[in-house]
Amino acid sequence: MKKVIVYEIKGLYRDNFRVTGYEFGEGKESVCIVGSMRGNEVQQLYCCSSLVRKLKQMEAEGKLEKGHKILVIPCANPYSMNTQKRFWPVDNTDINRMFPGYHLGETTQRIADGVFQVISKYRFGIQFTSFYMPGEFMPHVRMMSTGFEDTETAKQFGMPYVVLRKVRPYDTTTLNYNWQIWETQAFSMYTNTTTRVDKKSAKEAIRGILTFLHKQGVLEYHGHDGYLSQVVWDVDMISVRTARAGLFDPLVEVGAEVEQGQTLARILDAYEGEVIDELTSPVDGTVFFMHGEPLTYSNTAVFKLVVREE
Amino acid sequence: MIETVTSIALPVDEALRIRKNRIAPEQMTGAEKRISIVTGIHGDELEGQYVCFELARRIRQQAEKLKGIVDIYPALNPLGIDSITRGIPAFDLDMNRLFPGCQDGNMTEYLAAQIVQDLSGSTVALDIHASNIYLTEIPQIRVNELHERELVPLAAQTNVDFIWVHGANTVLESTLAYSLNSTGTPTLVVEMGVGMRITRSYGDQLVDGIFHLMKKLGIWDGEEIPVREPIISKDPDDVAYLNAATGGIFVPVVRHWERLQKGDLIGRIIDPLSGTVLNEVTAPVDGILFTIREYPVVDEGSLIGRLLRRKACGDHWEER
Repeated sequence: MKKVIVYEIKGLYRDNFRVTGYEFGEGKESVCIVGSMRGNEVQQLYCCSSLVRKLKQMEAEGKLEKGHKILVIPCANPYSMNTQKRFWPVDNTDINRMFPGYHLGETTQRIADGVFQVISKYRFGIQFTSFYMPGEFMPHVRMMSTGFEDTETAKQFGMPYVVLRKVRPYDTTTLNYNWQIWETQAFSMYTNTTTRVDKKSAKEAIRGILTFLHKQGVLEYHGHDGYLSQVVWDVDMISVRTARAGLFDPLVEVGAEVEQGQTLARILDAYEGEVIDELTSPVDGTVFFMHGEPLTYSNTAVFKLVVREE
Repeated sequence: MIETVTSIALPVDEALRIRKNRIAPEQMTGAEKRISIVTGIHGDELEGQYVCFELARRIRQQAEKLKGIVDIYPALNPLGIDSITRGIPAFDLDMNRLFPGCQDGNMTEYLAAQIVQDLSGSTVALDIHASNIYLTEIPQIRVNELHERELVPLAAQTNVDFIWVHGANTVLESTLAYSLNSTGTPTLVVEMGVGMRITRSYGDQLVDGIFHLMKKLGIWDGEEIPVREPIISKDPDDVAYLNAATGGIFVPVVRHWERLQKGDLIGRIIDPLSGTVLNEVTAPVDGILFTIREYPVVDEGSLIGRLLRRKACGDHWEER
């Protein structure tokens, strides 16, 4: 293992801003794994740090195949993590909206460029990322439909789901999109949580990555193969929305199998505690996403369901 | 008349309401043109607040001269303005990346769709921004090159100093102006002043321009107010960007909208801890400084200013 500084800028009153990477093996740039890019992505950091520990151990045991280099960047934004701000501390910009970056541009454009110069050389790119809405997910691999996506390869992670997402204008500056455009096969890895550590889904994601690396001939791993992934388009998921705002009282958990007509959650009046809205499942399916805050606005998609295949 | 454009209940005993002030002639013919003045998409940009107030005040003084409809929307993001938050609080979203929104979408998308619906059909709309808290801008209108032909003649009536025609960018397709312009409602994006402050002189300048534009459109029948002729830039090479070479505290030595020669000192990036100058920021070309850093703390790469090159200034260079 080699610890490398991928990008660095000088701080005024703070320690220098450093993006640190961990290289395993030598040879062609095979796989790059990126963790937290926003200051609240603690689970993403945890997943990468667990992976670094595991790869260190596997390298010592001689389980990395020759001719492959793996790079893990646990965190591309330590400044924001250390100040508990989601975005860049000075100007509140999102590094994951700055790719491919610009070396003469503003600070986060320069960071994106500095990091992308290194990680765009890799054949596969895996990013632990988070959703803009607070909530919990079924672990899954997500890909943007850029025309370069390859769902068969994505199934090699053995995660329960492979989710395809149609590109929207604001996606064109994300790492995942630019990786694909610059010919790295890119996958976003979603575990259950963002702001708190969920060891179970982190373990599942690491198993998925090690299985993938094994199937690509990058390392030797004999763990459980995981699931036969179901490929789903995000637009085919069924959203269950609140009609009223209030206290959110869920009656199911992420991953639950639900029946059509089953009550999924209740909305309570914030002052009087009365049930003012009952959310029922419109289909037989699986709870894929669930809102994670005790209060909810109206018109909010608090559940996303995958329709059960016959 | 104060009207509610859209409203939605919040979780704890409050409704979010987006409101507008519709000012119309007493006698309506049904054929009136309509100008819409919108601001407050970004909760930390307040320059438009004064413009809304002053426009309504001046119309009220000569109400008989009004021949069309003026719709004033001072706060498209009321929760942001109230909480000194640029985006939509709780969602951490830039509201100007949500358009055209969706009637069946979540709360933020629904609000965006309602706003677009209400503004659609205006003869012209002005979306007033105030840069951000970091940079001060000379009163200017920014035009996407896709809509240049229609918008530049309108922008030239608004008494701004500068019209900047910029390239198309997919990210900007999610803005309010793009959504309205691409569906047939001409919309001008005004940038002026700085975030969290009100620059009264800029506000008065723009209000004069709005009256001039209304007069041209037949919405206002008052006295003709002369307006300045703006510099119009269409070539991306017209603008030179100044980015901080190092992190530190930026202290300017020149004023905004100043004519500079190549090599002139613009400011210094200093290190108060050691008492040293880390970098001297100089003009890379001859030009006029139309953007300057307001917020002193800079990281490497932070934008310090923008210069409009001399060749783009034409006669304005000598006049200054």
